[in-house]
Amino acid sequence: MGFYQLLPELFVLTMACVILLVDLYYPQKKLLLTYSLTQMTLVISAFISFWLLNTPVFIGFTGNFVRDNLSSFLEILIALVTFITFVFSRDYILSRGNMARGEYYILGLFSVLGMMVLVSAHSLLTIYLGLELMSLPLYAMVAMKREDRNASEAAIKYFVMGALASGMLLYGVSLIYGVTGALDLHVIAQSILISANQSYTVLVLGLIFIVIGSLFKLGGAPFHMWVPDVYQGAPTSVTIFVSAAPKLAAFAMTLRLLAEMLPALYTQWQPLLIVVAILSMGIGNLLAIAQSSIKRMLAYSGISHIGYMTLGILTGTLAGYSAALFYIVAYVFMTLAGFSMLVLLSRQGFECENLEDLRGLNNRSPWLAFMMLLVMFSMAGLPPLVGFFAKLAVFEAVIAVHLVWLAVLAIVFAIIGLYYYLRVVKIMYFDAPTSHELISWQLDMRLVISFNSLALLLFGIFPSALLTLCHNVFL
Amino acid sequence: MFPHILLSLLIWIPVLAGILVLMTGGDENATIARGIALTAAIISFLLCLPLYLLFNANSYAMQFNEFLPWISVFNINYALGVDGISVPMIILTNFTSLIVIIAALEAIKYKVAQYLSAFLIMQGMMVGVFVATDSLLFYVFWEAMLIPMYICIGVWGGKNRSYASIKFFIYTFIGSALMLIALLYLRLQANSFLISSFYTLDLPLTVQILIFLAFFAAFAVKVPMWPFHTWLPDAHTEAPAGGSVILAALMLKMGVYGFIRFSMPITPDASLILSWLMITLGLIAIVYVAYIAIVQTDMKRLIAYSSISHMGFAILGCFLVYSILRITGNYHDAYLSIEGAVVQMISHAFGSGAMFIGVGILYDQLGSRLIKDYSGVAKTMPVFAAFFMLFAMSNVGLPGTSGFVGEFMIILSAYQAHFWVAFLAASTLILGAAYTLWMYKRVFFCPVVAGSGVEKLKDIRSSNLVVFILLAIGVIWIGVYPEWLLHLLHASVDHLLHISIQQRL
Repeated sequence: MGFYQLLPELFVLTMACVILLVDLYYPQKKLLLTYSLTQMTLVISAFISFWLLNTPVFIGFTGNFVRDNLSSFLEILIALVTFITFVFSRDYILSRGNMARGEYYILGLFSVLGMMVLVSAHSLLTIYLGLELMSLPLYAMVAMKREDRNASEAAIKYFVMGALASGMLLYGVSLIYGVTGALDLHVIAQSILISANQSYTVLVLGLIFIVIGSLFKLGGAPFHMWVPDVYQGAPTSVTIFVSAAPKLAAFAMTLRLLAEMLPALYTQWQPLLIVVAILSMGIGNLLAIAQSSIKRMLAYSGISHIGYMTLGILTGTLAGYSAALFYIVAYVFMTLAGFSMLVLLSRQGFECENLEDLRGLNNRSPWLAFMMLLVMFSMAGLPPLVGFFAKLAVFEAVIAVHLVWLAVLAIVFAIIGLYYYLRVVKIMYFDAPTSHELISWQLDMRLVISFNSLALLLFGIFPSALLTLCHNVFL
Repeated sequence: MFPHILLSLLIWIPVLAGILVLMTGGDENATIARGIALTAAIISFLLCLPLYLLFNANSYAMQFNEFLPWISVFNINYALGVDGISVPMIILTNFTSLIVIIAALEAIKYKVAQYLSAFLIMQGMMVGVFVATDSLLFYVFWEAMLIPMYICIGVWGGKNRSYASIKFFIYTFIGSALMLIALLYLRLQANSFLISSFYTLDLPLTVQILIFLAFFAAFAVKVPMWPFHTWLPDAHTEAPAGGSVILAALMLKMGVYGFIRFSMPITPDASLILSWLMITLGLIAIVYVAYIAIVQTDMKRLIAYSSISHMGFAILGCFLVYSILRITGNYHDAYLSIEGAVVQMISHAFGSGAMFIGVGILYDQLGSRLIKDYSGVAKTMPVFAAFFMLFAMSNVGLPGTSGFVGEFMIILSAYQAHFWVAFLAASTLILGAAYTLWMYKRVFFCPVVAGSGVEKLKDIRSSNLVVFILLAIGVIWIGVYPEWLLHLLHASVDHLLHISIQQRL
């Protein structure tokens, strides 16, 4: 039957239930047990996925589930990213009243389970199941800081928009099911090829709804409205979570829906994605300039990164898909480092949320300032940081399909975007500090953020391994 | 064994030393930081000696080659090599960096480690630009250099430093971003990022022109050519003395180096068609910008504009070859012209670099860069005034100094192309003398005004004296015996010129 192919998912599910019970019946100070069990679960599940890497492609459970290198690779990354997120959550939620509850980790684990289901889904039904399982805990996590009006507002917005997106996706799914009579991605792809031109309009309509639904989850323009509000309103530790791991899952979903299920409609979805890419890069980079809140700025910057990632998908080539995968991986670690820095600089009674709060960071802590500098230049796409090679890979793929104008446009937006990243560096390095409060000395956070930022540099100097990996995932 | 990694050593010793210096931390360890930085700079400079001695100047082939696959997915290689044009640039880079670090020993008082480390890392990146034979490796070094420069202007700069540094960064980034697209397109055609593989491409004219323009965006901003020069006076004025020296002596040269290495050999037909444009822009820089320099009241701005004017000469030297060949068909004159451009690049580095350090010394003592705040400096700082006179004369192009050689070669060959081109180019000798000597007169001569602070100025000592002596040796050596430089160039310039004038349509 191949149940062992499901091992990572089953393990996370079991452990989530176990931890729920432990948290319920075992009273603990500081949630230390819940925290360590959660982190252990993530690490072990990552190892199981790693063990399953490079096994032959397995499609099973009546075509609902697929285990290929893409799913294993993304499962490892999701576990790793969530692990890092929780390192930054531990102290954060303890010092913020209502959030200090075991449910935080349990909700997180269930969301991770949803992501894992999503990346290894092989039918429309599993995709929808995974998507909802991923999203629902996220809504709750955003709302966990109950006394905070902004957080509640963000949660409601996130929920309403997310529900709308799910509805759109579901509608598209029903249209496609109506035409092809199948839920399995490969069966759908084949039946479209065989019965060409039948009910074409309905298929295209279904495609449009599916694209909208996917982009809602990715946070690409013009379906980006929720992103800045949610990122800003949510407690920062939740913002790290929302901005990183779900993007990996949503990327896998988009790729499976478009590249695996609807390759025959390539000529239809390419122009859609071109528009989305241009709008995302434009809106993201232009509006980020106007922000005074660094959380909002990073949110808009995230929108623009989704635009660049979309450039890779819209090429419809394997090189493009692997470039997009490389981009999303690079983006996830950049945004992780960016928001983590804000958590590290915050303390009880003070949230580091505005650009002004970074003023003169180089005088207060040269090391942290240098780490943030690496993150900013990586996001701006300057060599020798990983963000540059992410952009390079995407541009290369776009030029290879003769869309040189699109590459030029993307570069122009990158130049515009450079300004606000430079401004952050300017504030940290050139301005005098206004506050001289000591920065907390949480060793685990400092270590993780240093590793994370230095990884951006390391994978920039030696990008070959990661690029090859992203390339081989699709072989 | 040793020559095989010589180029890598030249890149990575300064970078590693930079990281080491950064790790010494705060200003309480400044002495250690200074020690490490100085040692690394001296070692790198000494490593240029085997480079110069072992280099075979009779061959145009790339030498000291290193080749390692770097990013196999895209076929990007860590490919290094030098020819006769890069060798003098590498020596110049290491020399200038050494000068800057010696000058910084006294001048920089806060965040010493960060300052020295920025310059060491920059030095490694700049050497990388001159030795990379893989275009993407070239691009990586080209861009990576911006980050330390940005920090350097922004942290140790003058009042208006944030504005100047952001302007500098965005301006240069715009240009190089377009170059990236051109490189990606070329790689699609050539299936390799190696620069030499681009030389054999036969591209249609429209494509050539578009690629030429993309390269133009990158290099013209860097040179800088009028009208893309406006970042330079701001960056120069606000940067600390060391930053100005690196900008003037090295970064500007990279633009011209790019034209010689990329634009002309890769797109020869577009270069031929657009050479009138380049010559015009070069002449505008020479004449018009020299007039702007005359009216400057700020010494650093004046030298900055004079740099733009001098770099116009280098551009003129490069693109005159097409006019010369069309009008006279005389290959030798064309050759002289492009060689003059390379000499001009090197000689300008000594003169302007020295003058920027000189202004930095004055600024450290009196806190002003304005000409009107000084008067009669020669009375209180006689040694300094004597050295400055030499560098001013080199800037003017006096025979016997380095400034003369390149300008003379270019004017001589310009005469073959067109009388009026030569006439306008030669006018720089008068205009250059006007702005340089007039500034010199106002700052160094005239009576000392009581209470202006000039009477309390101290003459240069120790490290600054060493710096000035080294620079003076450079200026006079090239001026009196340019052959040590020229013999390196002959074979490589000849080879590149041949590629650059082939018809490829």
